[in-house]
Amino acid sequence: MINEADPPLSLDALRSGDRAEFARLVEIYYTPIYRLALKMLAREQDAEDVLQNTFLKALQHIGEFEGRSTLSTWLYRIAANEALMFLRRKRPEVSINDEAEEADDSLPMPEQFTDWCCLPEQEFATAEAKRQLDQAILKLPEKLRVVFLLRDIEGLSIKETSEVLNLTETAVKTRLLRARLALREYLAAYFSERLLSENEK
Amino acid sequence: MTLHSHTHDMSCQQLLASIGDYVEGDLAPELCQEIERHLAACDHCRVVVDTLNKTITLYHASAHETEVPSEVRGRLFQVLKLDNLREKKS
Repeated sequence: MINEADPPLSLDALRSGDRAEFARLVEIYYTPIYRLALKMLAREQDAEDVLQNTFLKALQHIGEFEGRSTLSTWLYRIAANEALMFLRRKRPEVSINDEAEEADDSLPMPEQFTDWCCLPEQEFATAEAKRQLDQAILKLPEKLRVVFLLRDIEGLSIKETSEVLNLTETAVKTRLLRARLALREYLAAYFSERLLSENEK
Repeated sequence: MTLHSHTHDMSCQQLLASIGDYVEGDLAPELCQEIERHLAACDHCRVVVDTLNKTITLYHASAHETEVPSEVRGRLFQVLKLDNLREKKS
């Protein structure tokens, strides 16, 4: 979660174009914004572009910020849109607001039933395990990926995530569950193998 | 959906439909009990719930490991023309 710095940012100063106050805003939020972009896009150069575009847009529009959402929600919204636009330029058919698909509320049935929870804890902390976690996120469709990242990596609430993405809370919950179930399948494939080799020892 | 039925046992499909709220801790106690009864008797669903919880826990634990390279931070402040305002943090 983002911790607002002490003392709190002054909205009035930000809106009136106070550069030092904007620098404080950047200082507080550049890490989570970069992390979201990197986990969304994987390439460091692309994440840096999204990071810069996010704060350039924020700087451009901070005068219009009405305070109806929090600053972090506002920044996440700009960043999520930038990242999704980037992906859309690469694959034009992706649409984040296509809630019609939510009409089909059936969930894919689980396929992996190996209980890999009992692996020794150090198995989950290896560089390879961490790479698998990141790779699994990238296998998610973009509209599930962004929901998962905001909720489970950035720690936003369901409501905040729905505000960032302009989705209903129900749509956020559905996408979050689909994302988590898909990630469970991807991780199960890897950790089940680890379990096998562990048992062979 | 007949999730609130107390007369029939919950099916695996019904459990799957409630699993999101269950792992979030957002379910009514009666429904939780129904799920737990099902989990006690259904090994597959128990594994799905346990490994789903583990998946979420692993991601939560890894959430704050990303570090921004100092040159990325430097270029950001440069692009925003803020680099003369803030001393670089050590």
